[in-house]
Amino acid sequence: MTPSGALALRAAYLERSLRPSDVVDAAIDQIARHDPNLHAFLYVGADQARAEAAVWDERYARAGSRETLPSLAGVPVAIKDNMCTRGVPTTCGSRILEGWRPPYDATVVTRLREAGAIIIGKTNLDEFAMGSSTEHSAFGPTRNPWDSSRVPGGSSGGSAAAVAAGFVPLALGSDTGGSVRLPAGFCGIVGLKPTYGRVSRYGLVAFASSLDQIGPFAGDVTDCALMLRAIAGKDPQDSTSADVPVPDYIAAIGEGAGGLRLGVPDEVVGPGVEPVVAEAVRHALDVFAAHGGQVERISLPTIEAALPAYYLIAPAEASSNLARYDGVQYGLRAPSEDLHEMYAETRRQGFGAEVKRRIMLGTYALSAGYYDAYYVKAQRVRTLVARDFEAAFRKVDVVVMPVAPTLPFAIGEKAEDPLQMYLSDIFTIPVNLAGLPGLAVPCGFARGLPIGMQLVGRPFDESTLFRAAYAYEQATPWHRRRPPVAAA
Amino acid sequence: MSQVDDRAPVEHIAHLARLALSEQERERFAEQLGRILEYCARLNELPLADVPPASHVIPITNVLRDDVATPSLDRDEVLAQAPAHQDGFFRVPRVLEGG
Repeated sequence: MTPSGALALRAAYLERSLRPSDVVDAAIDQIARHDPNLHAFLYVGADQARAEAAVWDERYARAGSRETLPSLAGVPVAIKDNMCTRGVPTTCGSRILEGWRPPYDATVVTRLREAGAIIIGKTNLDEFAMGSSTEHSAFGPTRNPWDSSRVPGGSSGGSAAAVAAGFVPLALGSDTGGSVRLPAGFCGIVGLKPTYGRVSRYGLVAFASSLDQIGPFAGDVTDCALMLRAIAGKDPQDSTSADVPVPDYIAAIGEGAGGLRLGVPDEVVGPGVEPVVAEAVRHALDVFAAHGGQVERISLPTIEAALPAYYLIAPAEASSNLARYDGVQYGLRAPSEDLHEMYAETRRQGFGAEVKRRIMLGTYALSAGYYDAYYVKAQRVRTLVARDFEAAFRKVDVVVMPVAPTLPFAIGEKAEDPLQMYLSDIFTIPVNLAGLPGLAVPCGFARGLPIGMQLVGRPFDESTLFRAAYAYEQATPWHRRRPPVAAA
Repeated sequence: MSQVDDRAPVEHIAHLARLALSEQERERFAEQLGRILEYCARLNELPLADVPPASHVIPITNVLRDDVATPSLDRDEVLAQAPAHQDGFFRVPRVLEGG
C-alpha cells in the first residue's frame, strides 16, 4: 500500500521504495479521475509538477539515505486559490480575477518551495474566502468526499476535500472566521488556524486583515505540525508577522496528555449543538481524562456576542480591502466611457452575491452616523471575547469545543439564508477575534459523516495543541478513516 | 432592518461602495441586510461603555525596516495584467472634462 502522509512519503523516498514522480503521477491520475465530481481544484499544474518531481527523483537518488534534503522534498501539496503563485492563475474563486496571473509568489508559497514541496494546483474556495460551504465560488461548488450531496465546509473547501480524498497529503487554506477548521471538521481531517502573526500573509489576497491567517491541512497531527514548521516565522514582507521563534513542533509532539488541563466552556454544550456532535466531543474529553488530562468546566460568557461582532468587523474590513477591484490594475473591466460607471459596472459583473452582501454590510457599518453604533461597538465586544479567553487560560492550557454545531449540511440547504450559514462558524469565530491558535481534529462519525473537535490554545502555543491532539489521535481511530474515493 | 429598509439608503451605500445593483438585488439586500443588522443589534444588550475597542490582537507596534531600496515588481510584467495600458501607465476612462 502506498503511504499517504507527508512524513511517510519522505521516509519511503529516503529508502527508495518510492519516488516523488510515482506519487505526483498518482496524484494527477487521481485528480483526473475523481475531481470532475468533487471539484476540489480550480487549476492543476501537471507538467510543472512532473518536472519538479523528476528533479527530486534525482536528488533523492544522489542523497542516498542521508536526511540532507529539506523537510517536504518531493511532497505534493495544494494551495487555496487566494494565495499568489507567480505566473499561475489566482482567481480567489471570483470572476473579477479570472485569468489573472500574479507577478510574484506569496511568502508561504516561497517557503513551501524552499522546503521542497511540489505544488500540484490551486484549490476551490468561497469567493474571496467569504463563506462556510465553498458554494459561493464563481466556478461552482466543491463536494464533500464523504457524501457528494453535502458541502465540504468553507471557505477552504477545495483544500480540505483534496486532502480528505487522498489527492495530496498536505494543503494550505486561510482562516478568517473558521475557513480552515470548519472544512477540516466537515472532511474528517486535521486543520490549523495558527496564532495571528505566526504565518506571513504576504501574497494572501486580503479579506479581513485583522483576522486573516494562513493554515495547514493534513491527514494527521504530525503532518500538520510538519507543514506549519515549514511556513511559520517572521517575514520582512509582512509587518504583522510576529518575531517569535518557531519551535520544532514534532520533537515534543509525543509528550502525552498527562498533566494537561483542558477546559470545556459551559456555553458551547447548550441548545443549537446537534446531539451527535455534543456526544462526540464529550467522549473525546473522556479520552483525554483517561490519558492523564484534567478536564474542567470553564466559562466564556461573551462567546455568543462574537458572531454578531464578527459580522460587522469582517465585512467592514472586507469593504475596504475589496475597494482595490476597480477594473484599473488587474482583472475584469466593464467597458465604459465614464469612470464611475466603469467602477460600478466592473464590480457588479465581477462580484458574486455573498461578496456584494458583505461589501454592502461593511460599507454600512463604517458609514457616517453608524460607525460608532456598529463598528466601534463590535470592536469593544472583541475586547471582551479576548478577555474571556485570557481568563480561561489562567485556569487551563487548552479550551475544547466542537468545530461546528452540526454535521456537514446539504449543498443548497443554507445557500439562500446568509444568517443560517453564518451560524456554522459560531465556535470558530471567537478564536479569530482573539487571535488565538485553533486546531481541528476528527473526533468521530455519525451517519457516515465526520465530526470535528477544536482545541484552542494560548498565543503562539501551537505546540501544546499538537501535543494534546497527538495524544488523542494515538488513542482513537478517526484519523485513519478515509472516504471511499481515497481508495478508489 | 429599520435603517436600511427603504431604497434610498441601500442606493446610498451601493454608491459609496461603487457597486451597481439591479432592482432585484436592491430589494434582496435591503431585506437580508436588515435581518443581519437586527441580529447584530443584540450587541446593544451588553454593557460596553467602559470597554475599550480592540485594535490589534497581538502587541506589535512601529514595525520598521532598514531604509534600503530593494527591487520592485517588473513594470512590464505588471502592466501586462492590466485591462488597458499605454506608454507605461494604466489607462482609464477620462477623469477630467474638456481637453
